[in-house]
Amino acid sequence: MIRSRETRWSLFAAAVGVVFLFAAPQVFELFTIINLTTVLALAILALSLALVWGYGGILCFGQTMFFGLGAYAYTIAAINIGETTAPIFIAIFVAAAFAAILGYFIFYGRVSDVYLAVITLTVTLIFYSLLRSTSGPEYKIGNALLGGFNGVTSPPLNIPGDPSNVLYPEDMFYVAMAALILAYLFCVWLTQTHFGRVMVAIRENELRAELLGYDIRLYKLALFAIGGGIAGMAGVLFANGIGRVTPDIFNLYNTALTIIWVIVGGRGTLIGPVLGAIALFYLTSGLGTQASINNNLVLGIILIVFVLLVPRGILPGVIGIWDRAQSRSKLLRSEKRMRRRRAPRRPEQEAANDG
Amino acid sequence: MTGEIVLETRNLSQHFGGVVAVDRVNFTLWDAELRCLIGPNGAGKSTFFKCLTGQLSPTEGDVVIRDFHAGGREPHEVARLGVGIKTQVPNVFDGLSVEENVWLAARRWQGAKRAKVLTDETLERLVLGDIRNDLVGVLAHGQRQWVELGMVVAAEPWLVLLDEPTAGMTQEEVLRTADLIKEINQTATMIVVEHDMQFIRMIANQVTVFHEGRILIEDTMDAVARDQRVRDVYLGHRQQ
Repeated sequence: MIRSRETRWSLFAAAVGVVFLFAAPQVFELFTIINLTTVLALAILALSLALVWGYGGILCFGQTMFFGLGAYAYTIAAINIGETTAPIFIAIFVAAAFAAILGYFIFYGRVSDVYLAVITLTVTLIFYSLLRSTSGPEYKIGNALLGGFNGVTSPPLNIPGDPSNVLYPEDMFYVAMAALILAYLFCVWLTQTHFGRVMVAIRENELRAELLGYDIRLYKLALFAIGGGIAGMAGVLFANGIGRVTPDIFNLYNTALTIIWVIVGGRGTLIGPVLGAIALFYLTSGLGTQASINNNLVLGIILIVFVLLVPRGILPGVIGIWDRAQSRSKLLRSEKRMRRRRAPRRPEQEAANDG
Repeated sequence: MTGEIVLETRNLSQHFGGVVAVDRVNFTLWDAELRCLIGPNGAGKSTFFKCLTGQLSPTEGDVVIRDFHAGGREPHEVARLGVGIKTQVPNVFDGLSVEENVWLAARRWQGAKRAKVLTDETLERLVLGDIRNDLVGVLAHGQRQWVELGMVVAAEPWLVLLDEPTAGMTQEEVLRTADLIKEINQTATMIVVEHDMQFIRMIANQVTVFHEGRILIEDTMDAVARDQRVRDVYLGHRQQ
C-alpha cells in the first residue's frame, strides 16, 4: 500500500516535470533557461546519489568523481570524434565502468562504510590533483589538450547524425529537463523492481540479506555502477551547460555539496535530493551576488541545522508531519462516528441486557 | 542412525586469538533429523553455529553440507544450498513491513507470482496476517522472532538452522514455536541451538551437548537429562 502511494507521487512529480519542460521557456527569460541546464545537471547528480546513498545505503563521498569523469570523457571523445552522440554513451560507459572497477575493490574487499566514504573522497581528490597538473602541450588525449586547471572547452551537443547541426544553449534546456525526467522515472522503476527492493533490504540489514541467499557484494556493485552511470550522464549535461570542463568539478567543495543536497532533501526519497540541489543552487547563487555573508558559512549552517533538527531531510520530514496529521484527523473522525453510533444504541442494549 | 548424512563437520576448530571456542568437533547430521544443540554459556554452540552458516570462517577443519564444502564460504553461498538460517539476535529488516520481509525471502527462490502466493501462505501459517503492513522495527521482540521464522519458512529450505528461536518469547509463543518447529521438521532437516531445557524437552529426541568447545555427549533427551556429566556442567557441580 505504501509503495503504491509512492508510485502515485512519483508519477505526479514526473508530470510536474513535463509541464515545467514545456512551460519554462514561455515563462522565464533566456538567461534563466540557459542557466537551468547546469542546475538540472546538478539535480541529476543529486538523483544519482539519492539512489546510491538514500536507497542503497552506500555513502559515496565522491559522487562528483563519476560526474567529472562523464564530463571529461564526453568532452575528450567529442573533440576527437567530431560529433557528440557517441560521446554521450562513451561518457556514461566510462563513468559506470570506473564505478564498477572501484566498487569491485570496495565491496568484494568488504570495506566498511566509513572507509568507503574515505576512499571515494580520496580518489575524487586524486583526480582533482591529477588533472590540475596537466597544463602542458604534452598532456593530451588524441586531439584534446587537457589544459590543466583551465580545463577543456566542451563541444555543444549536435542533432544525432548531423554534426553540423548544433543545439543552441536554450535548446539544451529541453535535453536536460527530459534527461532529468527520464533518469528520475528510471530510478523510480528500479526501486520498485526485485533488485531495488533487495537493495533496500541490504541497506536495512546486510547479514539478513546474505542469509536469505542474496550476494550483497554483487548487488552493491551493480547499484554503485548504475549510480556512476547516471552521474556520468549528468556530467555530459554539465559540460554542455558550462561549456567547458575543469578540474574544479572534482574539488572538495563540490563533492561535499552533493552530500548536503541529499541530507537537506532527504535520504530514502528520490525527488527530495533533486529539489535540495535546485534549492541550494539558487540559494548559493543568490548569496553569491552580495558580499556581506560568506557563502560557505551559510552552507555550513544549513548542514548543521539539518543534521541536528531535520535529520531525515525536508521531504521525509514533511511526509511524516502530513501522515501524523492524517492519522489524527482519521482518529477524530472515527471517534465522532463511534460516539454517534453509541448514543442511539444505548437504550436498545439496556433492553437486551434486561431480557 | 539410518539414512543419508546431510551435514558433517570434520575437525572443525575456531580460534579467537588464544581462545579456542570450537575445538576439533566432528559432528554428523542425518536426513530428516531434528537435532538440538545445548550447552552452558560459552560452550561454543553459537560459534559452531556461525561456522555452519558461513558467518565465521573456521580456523581449521571443514563443514560439508551434502557435497558442498561450506567451511569459509560466504553466508549467501550456504543459503543458496537451500539452507534456512535464523540467528540468535533477530536479523530482520526493521524499516520494512512484515509482508516485505517475508516476500524478500520467498522471491529469492521463486518467480514473482509464486513468491506472492508463498508470502500469503506463510503470513497465514504464522498468524502474521493482521500485522502484515506493520514495520518490523516497531514489533515486540517475540513477534520479530516470528517474522524471522517466517522468512526462513518462506524460502522453503530443506535444511533449517535455528539459533535460540525462543529467546525473549512469552510462554504461549514458546509453545507455538515448538509446534511450528515440529511442523517444519516434516519437510526439513533441522538443527536447533537452545539453552531453554523446557523447550528442548518439547521438541527434541536427539541432543548434542557442547562443553568447552567440544561435544560432551550425544544421545536422546532422556539419556542426556540423566547423564551426571551434563548435570555437572549445567549446574556447576564439582565431580565427586
